[in-house]
Amino acid sequence: MSRHQEPFDSFAAAQSESRRTAVRLGSKAGHEKRTEVLNRDYPGSPSRVDSLRRLAGEIKQHTLDHLDLYLERAQARLEANGAKVHFAADADEACRTVLGILQSRGAKRVVKTKSMATEEIELGAFLEREGIESLETDLGEFIVQLDADKPSHIVKPIMHKDRREVARTFEGHGLGAYDDTPEVITRRAREHLRRKYLEADVGITGANFISAESGRLVLVTNEGNSRFCLAATRCHIALVGIEKLVPRDRDLGVLLNLLARSATGQALSVYTEFITGPRAASQPDGPDEMHVIFVDNGRSEILAGDCREILRCIRCGACLNVCPVYRQSSGHAYRGVYSGPVGAVLTPLLAGEGFNHFADLPRASSLCGACNEVCPVDIPIPDLLLRLRDRGKRAGAKPAAAAPSMKTFARLASRSATWRRALRAGRLLGLLPGPLRPRALRVWSENHVLPPWRGGAFREWFAKRNRPPVDGAV
Amino acid sequence: MKAPRVQLMATCLADAFFDDVARATVEVLEHLGCEVSFPEDQTCCSQPAFNSGDWPAARQVARHCLRVFNDAAPVVVPSGSCARMVSHGALVLFEGEPEVDRTQAAELAQRTWELGDFVVRGLGVVRWPGRLGMRLAFHRSCHSRGTAYAEGALTLLRSIDGVEVVEIGEGEQCCGFGGTFSVGFPQISRGMGTLKIDHVLATAPDALVSADSSCLMHISGLADRTGRPLRALHLAQVLRDALRAASPEVRA
Repeated sequence: MSRHQEPFDSFAAAQSESRRTAVRLGSKAGHEKRTEVLNRDYPGSPSRVDSLRRLAGEIKQHTLDHLDLYLERAQARLEANGAKVHFAADADEACRTVLGILQSRGAKRVVKTKSMATEEIELGAFLEREGIESLETDLGEFIVQLDADKPSHIVKPIMHKDRREVARTFEGHGLGAYDDTPEVITRRAREHLRRKYLEADVGITGANFISAESGRLVLVTNEGNSRFCLAATRCHIALVGIEKLVPRDRDLGVLLNLLARSATGQALSVYTEFITGPRAASQPDGPDEMHVIFVDNGRSEILAGDCREILRCIRCGACLNVCPVYRQSSGHAYRGVYSGPVGAVLTPLLAGEGFNHFADLPRASSLCGACNEVCPVDIPIPDLLLRLRDRGKRAGAKPAAAAPSMKTFARLASRSATWRRALRAGRLLGLLPGPLRPRALRVWSENHVLPPWRGGAFREWFAKRNRPPVDGAV
Repeated sequence: MKAPRVQLMATCLADAFFDDVARATVEVLEHLGCEVSFPEDQTCCSQPAFNSGDWPAARQVARHCLRVFNDAAPVVVPSGSCARMVSHGALVLFEGEPEVDRTQAAELAQRTWELGDFVVRGLGVVRWPGRLGMRLAFHRSCHSRGTAYAEGALTLLRSIDGVEVVEIGEGEQCCGFGGTFSVGFPQISRGMGTLKIDHVLATAPDALVSADSSCLMHISGLADRTGRPLRALHLAQVLRDALRAASPEVRA
């Protein structure tokens, strides 16, 4: 089987049983909580949850359709609020912009909140190479960093780990003797991180949203680590994908109501911060300096193409949780920062020239559409996956060897007489010795008992019963 | 709606494997007074090539499908998956293609019906006659998402005298078929199918019912291969079997 199947499938199959179970149960629980809370808070038929999802999708799509206007407006508001605004065309420029700010302050230590944009541009590794200590302060990301691992979920980076694994990591890094009690692990992380906040020079965050109307930057967390990052340092740098804008403050009401419920099944995340600029003269604490770096890194190109709806994504992870393929394979199977259905669309697109390296990801889906059904911004993910399959095929990306030839299929299925002959001839398939059967059929037969071939039987039945009565019989 | 003349799109799977599903569909539609025609040049809706990403091949087959069903009568399909290919997929497939393709595809999309949806919303029939003493597990196939297909099928099944419909756990989860997905990603597909079978068997049904032969072929084929066979019935077969058990005047 292994010679013919996709590497993604082999990766999924090779996972340890404990990891598979952790991912499956973690995502199942996440999905169930999301569904329960949304239906509890927005009951009704036809579904009010769906109306809200569609409204949120329209808000984000409208923003994307007028992104140049809203970026300009956001920049003007942010600057009026006292922030410095930068634009970075790609990952390298984004990282260098951060470095430039750090060097201008002589900064050597930064504390970071969880941010997909910084994961995407691999900021942590870049800063380490430049001799700057960059510490993840979200508990999950902190553990990932200790393990030199990769996050496997957009919202729950360590969904693939169990607490015993985490306890061993802590022990290995001198954070106390082995103890896998979650409260103990959390307390030890907190004690370690508290000192680090106080030593740090700069706090780096992402942003969940920026309102173009007010320049308000919204940060949503559950651990309060972003508040420590910003309270203890004198400089705040926010890395923000250009698609993170919303037109007005009131749009945040719709999106925040959906984000926390979709992501973690909470009505509201524990901390939702609205940051309107650097510290005002009347505020005793907080950064004197605030920088917002808008990161393009391939987004303008996506915006110009036929998968632009993916830029509506608000990184809630609901599509990962519900996805049966994600549950079987875990986030690492997607080989990118973004995993699950959104990753299968975004990773190949963000790869630009490297599209073909990730052309298998859009194929790694049964196109079941559960992702679209839960998406808080109603992204038609299955349609996008299909468009990317077409693009991959045109770009010469090779599917698994077992994939049947669609040219042969199209020849059969666009010629009626050939099709009818094939229906009759198909009965011979069962008579062929195994090795002579088409590869797709052999792979199928490993997992399935084939139903008996009945090619043309319906046509014979239908023709007989509709045969006009013989002359003179009436 | 007065029972009209309809064209049956039997589907390639029924043409090759599940002739009884197509026969049952004819009997169900004729019971409702429809005059059923079967355009003999029909082959496939083009979905296998569409889903595989070979869109030139898919367009070739889809154009054939447009020609075959160019008569204005409604098209009824005993498959949610093929119905969605015609009513939605083809519109995506022909984006940016010549106007004539897009117009024809939109026109066919608009008069193509999944069987249960046609009976319930098209003809306004919400009670099914006859009797069938069975406990049925209903699989909501994925192509019913965002449509009224599953509700239509459930309405009919629940109305049959003697039928008990039971919910399958994690009903929103895909069975793992996905066309060529099950060949390119056989181990993930098997994992998904195994979970589905676990949930189906947990309800101890007399049969598993779906409006899609493709899901049933995957689920029951895997169940057989792994030594825990289950009986699979298409919605059309259940409706037909209920009629057979009905009194002669109902059948007429």
